[in-house]
Amino acid sequence: MTDVLDFIQHQILGMRWLNDMVCTLLTALGLDVGTRIGGSIVFFIYDLTKIVVLLVILIFVISYIQSYYPPERTRAILSKMKGVKANAAGALLGTVTPFCSCSSIPIFIGFTKAGLPLGVTFSFLISSPLVDLAALTILMGLFGAEVAVLYVVVGVVVAIIGGMIIERMGMEDQIAEFARPISANDTKQSSCGCCCSCSGRGWSDMTVRERSSDAFYQVRVTLKRVFPYAVIGVLIGALIHNWIPDDMIQMVLGDDNPFSVIIATIVGAPIYADIFGTIPIAEALFSKGVGIGTILAFMMSVTLLSIPSLVMLKTAVKGRLLSLFVAICLVGVILTGYIFNLIF
Amino acid sequence: MFGRKKCKCGCADKDCKTTDAFVKVLGGGCKNCNELEKNTVEALEALGLESKVAHVTSMEDIAAYGVMRPPALVFGETVVSSGKVLTKDQVIEIIEANRSMFP
Repeated sequence: MTDVLDFIQHQILGMRWLNDMVCTLLTALGLDVGTRIGGSIVFFIYDLTKIVVLLVILIFVISYIQSYYPPERTRAILSKMKGVKANAAGALLGTVTPFCSCSSIPIFIGFTKAGLPLGVTFSFLISSPLVDLAALTILMGLFGAEVAVLYVVVGVVVAIIGGMIIERMGMEDQIAEFARPISANDTKQSSCGCCCSCSGRGWSDMTVRERSSDAFYQVRVTLKRVFPYAVIGVLIGALIHNWIPDDMIQMVLGDDNPFSVIIATIVGAPIYADIFGTIPIAEALFSKGVGIGTILAFMMSVTLLSIPSLVMLKTAVKGRLLSLFVAICLVGVILTGYIFNLIF
Repeated sequence: MFGRKKCKCGCADKDCKTTDAFVKVLGGGCKNCNELEKNTVEALEALGLESKVAHVTSMEDIAAYGVMRPPALVFGETVVSSGKVLTKDQVIEIIEANRSMFP
């Protein structure tokens, strides 16, 4: 069984064969892959190709699943639940949600306007960028199935607990006016509950063909959007891999530095990047001996928080609640990082 | 070079801040939303319709329409599409299907 998982991790997801192929190809073209520059070029081509392939497959699958859970359906499901179960459902449904961070704020507002408890919407908001099939698959490729599965579990737990804390604090007044539950007089409310360019049919009526076509569309759109980040990520990864000395990395992010997780978290927080862009950086750091927890903390913090998304969130969520949210995210990420460093 | 620059919504007012037109594109300002706007303007031109296109970026206004997946296209007060960056042809299709709504 471990052999199968290893194979999946290294050859299917890691695509080692691709690395070998690129090496062979470039050597045949006269490039010395042993040199720094040669090694960097191999890394660049191999990693970028790998990311693009992963991207295409994952986005397709995720979008297909998402076609069964449009925000309107999620909202309907959540509005019928109470208590911790609702938080849990919110966190779980958050794992199947959209990529574009343009969407997470409108969805958040859609939920609060429908009167969903604050804790539930925040559980959703935390798990949505943090945990999804992409993260699971990427981590499986990077660190193996155990880490990946544990990450998903921890991520959902953090989302649930974070939501529960926010619920207890009773900060409903911190939500902007327009995002509060609407009064019966608000006639502008017309939520388009359908997909397929509003042909009037619901998410449950979509044919396989329509779901596939939507999924392909998402692949194109997301690929266009994420590609620059992937390239930057690969460049940084190549830099770390071949150009930055090991001891420098060890000093700042290595196991001997007790603050490595905190540093990784703080560095990642303001950055706006896609999780796919962090893959090469994670790989490079891992090969330099940085702990899994530290790397995870970096990846989590990049995906969970970013200056642009906080700016958008600020339009709907006021000061104290926003600070609490950020604090919970940071603490959750840091704790997770230390836990993983201890275990693995 | 010194000619009047056309505002994205189709008017020639250089201080145009139109958020009120019959046709509206709702979006947070990311690339997708801008592309939908561009396609919508082109579609309207292709059909010879005079409508301006308003660009609504405030979360507050977007939320008022109950839109959870930007970018969205609105005719009047009705959301006719959400979550998709429609091509020019797709916008034309939608306009034709809703022609009676247009003033």
